[in-house]
Amino acid sequence: MAAISGGGGGGGTGAASRWHYLDQIRRNPGPFNEDSDVSDEALAAWDKAKVLVIGAGGLGCEILKNLALSGFKDIHVIDMDTIDISNLNRQFLFRKDDVGKFKAEVAAAFVEKRVNGVKITPHNCRIQEFDEDFYMQFQIVVCGLDSIDARRWINATLVNMVDMENQDSLKPLIDGGTEGFKGQTRVIFPTITPCIECQLDLYTPRAAVPLCTLATIPRQPEHCIEWAHIIAWDQEKPFPSLDKDDPEHITWLYQKASARAQEFGIAGVTYSLTQGVVKNIIPAIASTNAIIAASCCNEALKIATNAAPALGFEESYMMYSGDDSIYTSTFRYDKKDDCAVCGNLAKPLAVDPAWTLQELLDSFAVKPDLQLKKPSIRAEGKTLYMQFPPGIEEQTRPNLDKTLKDGLGLEPGFEIAVTDPSFPALTFQFILKFA
Amino acid sequence: MTEIITSQTPPILHGPSEKEKKYDRQLRLWAASGQEALESANILLVNSGAGAVGVETLKNLVLPGIGKFTIVDDAVVNQADLGVNFFLEEDSLGKLRSECCTKLLQELNPEVQGDWFPKSVGTLDLPDVLTTSPRYTLIVYTNPIREEDLATIEAYASQHKVPVVSIHSAGFYSYFRTSLPGTFPIVDTHPEVEKTTDLRLLSPWPELVDFAQEMTKDIDALDDHEHGHIPYVVILLYCLEQWRQSHNGANPTNTKDKREFGKFVLAKSRTNNPEGGEENFQEAAAAINKNIKLPELETGLEEVFNYQLSDEFELQSTFWVIARAVKDFYLKHGCLPLPGALPDMKAQSSVYVKLQNIYKAKARRDVHEVLEIARANTGGKDVDLAEVELFCKNARFVKLINAKAPEQQLNQIYDTEKANDAAAEAMKEETSGAFSLPMSNFFIYLALAATSHNATAPADAIITTISSKIPNAIGDKRMLQVAQEVARAGGGELHNISALTGGMVAQEIIKIITKQYVPIDNTCIFDGISSRCQVLRL
Ligand SMILES: [Zn+2]
Repeated sequence: MAAISGGGGGGGTGAASRWHYLDQIRRNPGPFNEDSDVSDEALAAWDKAKVLVIGAGGLGCEILKNLALSGFKDIHVIDMDTIDISNLNRQFLFRKDDVGKFKAEVAAAFVEKRVNGVKITPHNCRIQEFDEDFYMQFQIVVCGLDSIDARRWINATLVNMVDMENQDSLKPLIDGGTEGFKGQTRVIFPTITPCIECQLDLYTPRAAVPLCTLATIPRQPEHCIEWAHIIAWDQEKPFPSLDKDDPEHITWLYQKASARAQEFGIAGVTYSLTQGVVKNIIPAIASTNAIIAASCCNEALKIATNAAPALGFEESYMMYSGDDSIYTSTFRYDKKDDCAVCGNLAKPLAVDPAWTLQELLDSFAVKPDLQLKKPSIRAEGKTLYMQFPPGIEEQTRPNLDKTLKDGLGLEPGFEIAVTDPSFPALTFQFILKFA
Repeated sequence: MTEIITSQTPPILHGPSEKEKKYDRQLRLWAASGQEALESANILLVNSGAGAVGVETLKNLVLPGIGKFTIVDDAVVNQADLGVNFFLEEDSLGKLRSECCTKLLQELNPEVQGDWFPKSVGTLDLPDVLTTSPRYTLIVYTNPIREEDLATIEAYASQHKVPVVSIHSAGFYSYFRTSLPGTFPIVDTHPEVEKTTDLRLLSPWPELVDFAQEMTKDIDALDDHEHGHIPYVVILLYCLEQWRQSHNGANPTNTKDKREFGKFVLAKSRTNNPEGGEENFQEAAAAINKNIKLPELETGLEEVFNYQLSDEFELQSTFWVIARAVKDFYLKHGCLPLPGALPDMKAQSSVYVKLQNIYKAKARRDVHEVLEIARANTGGKDVDLAEVELFCKNARFVKLINAKAPEQQLNQIYDTEKANDAAAEAMKEETSGAFSLPMSNFFIYLALAATSHNATAPADAIITTISSKIPNAIGDKRMLQVAQEVARAGGGELHNISALTGGMVAQEIIKIITKQYVPIDNTCIFDGISSRCQVLRL
C-alpha cells in the first residue's frame, strides 16, 4: 500500500498550497453553509481582517498560534505582564531565558517567526490605556484573560462603541476562560446578544471569611494564612509593601501562619497553600488552555469566513468539563433589559433599611451581578458617598455610619446610581426597595 | 482560646524547588504522585495524514513534563504541513516530519526526552521500532492509517497490555477513542469537595455521641457566646436525639420530615440577641438536606463490589485486594470506612479541632480494620498502608472504566441515536424552540471512521461504506450532510479542531497515566460546527 504522506493532498511545492487544507473548507461551501460567499473577493477581504488578542498568557499563546494557522494575517496582542517561571508549564511560546520579559513581545515575535506571512503587533500595556479609536480598527476581539475586571472593561467599551448607523462599529467579542480541567467559550455580538455584564452572575465571588473568625477562632489552615496576610502583615509591616511574587514576603506570611496554626492545633499550612491563598492561584494546565483557545479561534474562523454557523445568535456559551469523563454543554443566555452595560432599565435593589451605608457598600463587593470593590453612590441625584477626589471623600465619609432609612432618609422607590473607578464608562442604576 | 503548644519546634522552611515552581499550577491538580507517573511515562505517537492533531497532543504532554515521547511518521514535510502544523518551520521543507516535529517539541521542555523514526526517508519499519524500543506506556495513532500499521499496533498493545488512543480529525469534525487493556479502576477520582462530606449523623460512633452529649447536656445554661459557637454537627446530633424521642425513634429522612426537622432545629436557636438569631443554627438547618440520609452505594462502587473477576493476574492486583477488603468491611458494618474530613463550621477553635480529631481517629481505625482484612486475604500480604488510606478516603467515588464489553452493535446504536434525535426534534417543535436537546454526534463518528484508510473519499463512497454495516443509513438526511461535511475536508485538518482535539486527548492520557480523575469510556466525538462533544461507548 502506498504511504500516505502529508495527508495525500497538498503535496504541491508553491507557497499557494500552504493553505491547501484551510482552502478545502473556505473555498468549498458545506451542507451547513450552502450559500456562503467563497469567491476570491471574499477571501481577499478576509486577508485584510485585523484581529485583536487580549492576553498573552496560557490562553493567549494558544490563541496567537491558532489565529496565525487559521490564515489571519494582521494580529495585535495586548498584555502588560512579564513572564514568570510558573508560566512555563503551559505558555509554550516562552522559554526559561525569557523569564522577566514582556509576554506580548516574546509571544508575538515567536509566532511571527514560526508562521510565514503573519504580522503580530505587541502592546506591553493595560487595555485601559487605549481609547475607542484604537479598538475601532479591529474586526474581531478574542480575549484570553484571567481577570473579571478586564473582561468587564473591554465588554463595556465594545458595547459603548456600537453605532447603529455604522455596521463596522460592531466588533464580535470572543471570550475564553479556564480553571483546572474546566473552561468556557462565549461569543458576544455587542448590543445584539447577551454581553459579559448580562452574564456576570455566572461568576460567584468567593465568600470572604469573616474577620472575627480570622482574629479569634481560626479553624482551617486558610484562616491562619488569611490572618497573616490581612492582620499580622498590617500590624508588623515587615516590608514596605506586600509583593505577592517575592518569595521572601511569602515566606514571612508562611512562617506567621504556621506559628498561628501551631498555637491553635491546626494542621495543613504549607508554603504552597500560603502562596495559593495569598495569590488566589487558579490551577492551570496546557491541555485545557489548548481546548478553550482552539474553541475561541474556531468561532473566530467561522465568523470571519462563514465557513460554518458560529456560536452567538442562538447558543452563545460553550461550557467544557474534563475532570469526570468529558462534557460540553452549549446554551443560550438571555440578554438582560436591566444590564448596566447593554440594557436600559434600572434594577430593583432590595436593602435592609437599618443597614448603614457602609454595610450597603460592602454588600456590593459580593453581590454576584455587581462585584464592585470601590463603589461610589448617589441617591435621587444627591451624592451619598464618593471615593474620589479626597476632598469629597472626606466630606461624605460621615454618611458611611448612618443608617439608610433613619440616618440618610432613603425611601423605597428612590433612584440609586452606583459607579466604580474600575469601570469609568458605567453607571449602575437601581430602584430602592426595603426588604 | 486554646493552650499554646510550645513543645513543637517551629517548621523548617523549605521553599519550592525550581521544578515545583515550574509545575506549580498543575501540581495543584494532580500532586507529586501524578507528576511522578507522568515523568515515568513513555509515549509513542504513530503519526500520519495531515499530521497536526497527534503533534498538538504531544505538545500538551511535553509541557507538563511527560518522561519520553517518540514520533513514528514517514511523511516528508510539504507546503500543506506548514499551514497546519505549528511544530514545523520553513527549514523543515523536504525533511522527515517525525524528526522536525520531535526537535521543535523538545524545545518546549528540556526535561523531556524525544525520539523519532524512521531515521531516514523511506526506511520505516514499524514492527522493528516496536520490538527494539523500551516498553511504551501508551500508544497514540492518528487516522488515516495503513491497515498493516494498525494491525502491528493492536498486536503490540494486546501482548503488552498497553492503552491505545486513536484519533481522527478532519475539517470541523474529530473523534478519539481509548482502548484500555482490561478493566481500569480509578481510586483518586477527585469528586467535588461538597459531595464527599460524610458526617454519619444517623450512625454516630460512641466517641462522637459522647462528645455531643457532653457539649449539650446543659445547653440552656450555656452563655450566649458558647451557645452561638456549638458546631452544627453537635447541634444536629442533639436535635436528632430529641426528635427521635418525640417520633417513636424514627429519624427525619423523608422530605416532609426533613422540612419539619429544619424548623425544629431553628426553633432551638436563641433570638434574644442583637443578630436576632444564631449563625451556627442556621448552618445546622442548611446542612440537613445533604447530611441526614441513609447510607447508599454510588453506582460506581456498586459495580466494583459486584464485579466478577476472571483474570488471575487482575485478582492479585492491590486494587482488587483492597476492594474486596472494603466490601467485607461494608458487609460487616453496613457502611463504608469513614473518609474522616470535617467541613468548616462555626465553632471555637479548640472545639472544632477536637471534633476534627474524633473524625480523623475513627477514619484511622477504619483504615486499620480494612488493612487487617486485606492482609489476611489471598494476595494481600504486602498491601501498603498508604494505598489503603487512599482507597478508604475515596471509597464512595471509586470507579471502573472499561468494565464490560460494549452492549450494542453499531446498527443498534444508530437506531437509538436516531430515535433520540427524533425525540429532541419533537420537543423543540412542541416548545417552539424553548427547549432543545443536542443532536447526536454518532453520525460524525461513522463518517470519519468510514475514511480511516481512505481520507479523501467522496460523500457517496462514505455512505456506501457505512451502509455495509448499517443499512438504515442509506437515504438519511443528517447522515448524508455529515458525510458531505467530511468529504468537504478532503482529509485535511483544520488547525483549531486539531488543537482542540489534541487538548482533549492529552487530558485523557494524563488521566490514564496518573490514574486520577475519570477518563472517558470510550469514544469522544467533537462537532466543531455546533461546538459540542458527545461520549459514547463503542
Ligand atoms: Zn449586557
